[in-house]
Amino acid sequence: MNSWANIRTIMKRELAGYFTSPIAYVFLVIFLLLTGFFTFTIGNFFERGEASLVSFFTWHPWLYLFLVPAAGMRLWSEERRLGTMELLLTMPVTNWQAIVGKFLASWLFLALALALTFPVAITVNYFGDPDNGVIFAGYVGSLMLAGSYLAVSCMTSAMTRNQVISFILSVMICLFLILAGYTPVTDLLSRFASPVVVDIVAAFSVMTHFEGFQRGVLDTRDVAFFASVIGFMLFVTGVIIRNQRAG
Amino acid sequence: MINVEHLVKAFGPKLAVNDVSFSVERGEVLGFLGPNGAGKSTTMRMITGYYPPTSGRITVGGHDMVENPIAAKRLIGYLPENAPGYADMTVHGFLNFCAELRGLQGDARKRAVHRAVELCFLENVLYQSIDTLSKGYKHRTCLAQSLIHDPDVLILDEPTDGLDPNQKHEVRGLIKRLGESKVVIFSTHILEEVEAACSRVIIIDRGRIVASGTPAELKARSPEGKLDEVFRAITLPDTVKHDVHHEVHA
Repeated sequence: MNSWANIRTIMKRELAGYFTSPIAYVFLVIFLLLTGFFTFTIGNFFERGEASLVSFFTWHPWLYLFLVPAAGMRLWSEERRLGTMELLLTMPVTNWQAIVGKFLASWLFLALALALTFPVAITVNYFGDPDNGVIFAGYVGSLMLAGSYLAVSCMTSAMTRNQVISFILSVMICLFLILAGYTPVTDLLSRFASPVVVDIVAAFSVMTHFEGFQRGVLDTRDVAFFASVIGFMLFVTGVIIRNQRAG
Repeated sequence: MINVEHLVKAFGPKLAVNDVSFSVERGEVLGFLGPNGAGKSTTMRMITGYYPPTSGRITVGGHDMVENPIAAKRLIGYLPENAPGYADMTVHGFLNFCAELRGLQGDARKRAVHRAVELCFLENVLYQSIDTLSKGYKHRTCLAQSLIHDPDVLILDEPTDGLDPNQKHEVRGLIKRLGESKVVIFSTHILEEVEAACSRVIIIDRGRIVASGTPAELKARSPEGKLDEVFRAITLPDTVKHDVHHEVHA
């Protein structure tokens, strides 16, 4: 219970940190504006004449590509810049409690942003008769996707005290996670690589695993994929934080 | 209470701390003296568990810092160099956060925060955010954080740095008072401070202990009985070229 109390304390502080600065409000407004724009204008929500949120969820991997690293880039780099990392890690807390606490705070914040998109779900229910199970699965998938990107940002922010570098590295890694399974890229790859290789590369992509959720399928393999990306990235974060001090 | 044996810290080929051993008991105020880049901060960062030592052993209250860090860290209150704090938090929020991480809950936490605020004279800025504080207040906020759980061991890295003469005087008085019942280790490069507050002094230069004793013993080494002459005689100015030792910032 003691470790959970530490995680909760760190999480509370981190989450409050978003709201005491303008970051939270800027982020939420931009996130909601962009999801609206992509869903209704570019995604042709109304013209499709479908009672589904496909035009909403399709854009999430691309939207998150920039927004999630923006929310996560400060996690550790800010701590290093201010020198508070020294304070935090000389408290009676373990590295992983600090890492998990910070990660959960940001994830909760992203979950809040995602929850605030509820008007689209209401809209689609008002105009038609959608399968709400599929919508729910879509939301779960979107949250897992955000968590994976966030874990990547968490790792890159542990590498540097410079938030800009942290942001760019994180976008690059997330872009790789998208492109590995993006149809134009897999088509290109299949021209000179065997189907097995293409499948292996595509298996690393968030796209392959995100599609299942959009169809309303909660496949344990997809959930396991996202969970293991998160787990692995946070583990690497821990290694980086430990090694920095080892000299 | 604190036992340090053959402590070594290497950053790549550079030895920031080279075979440092000492022990401190309750009721002692140990002053770490040395030129900039001598290894004072690095030593303190190892004692507080921030840097793992390259080799050597540290025990705090019988707990090994490497094998049982949580138990050892519980006993320590630490003021890092430059007194860091979360810029966007208020003093009150920050102290509550630190108290919570120290395992203080409910009334005990309120009392602890109140006591630390009184000890460090922070009443006037309690609800101000840390990035708006003057250097002196910022320093005292971080000092309050180190005292919040009434620790047995206090490790203060340049506790009077950036304070005005009145504040310096107050902090020295505080260190002396706390040192009666606790172990205090503090670093400084101000020589009067050592005479004013320490019961024992260790002079570190280029990662090694070059002298140790009571302030009076050290003064006796110089014909005129002045500490700064002793200091200059046994440490090298950092303008002198030496091959391996530089200030190491990680």
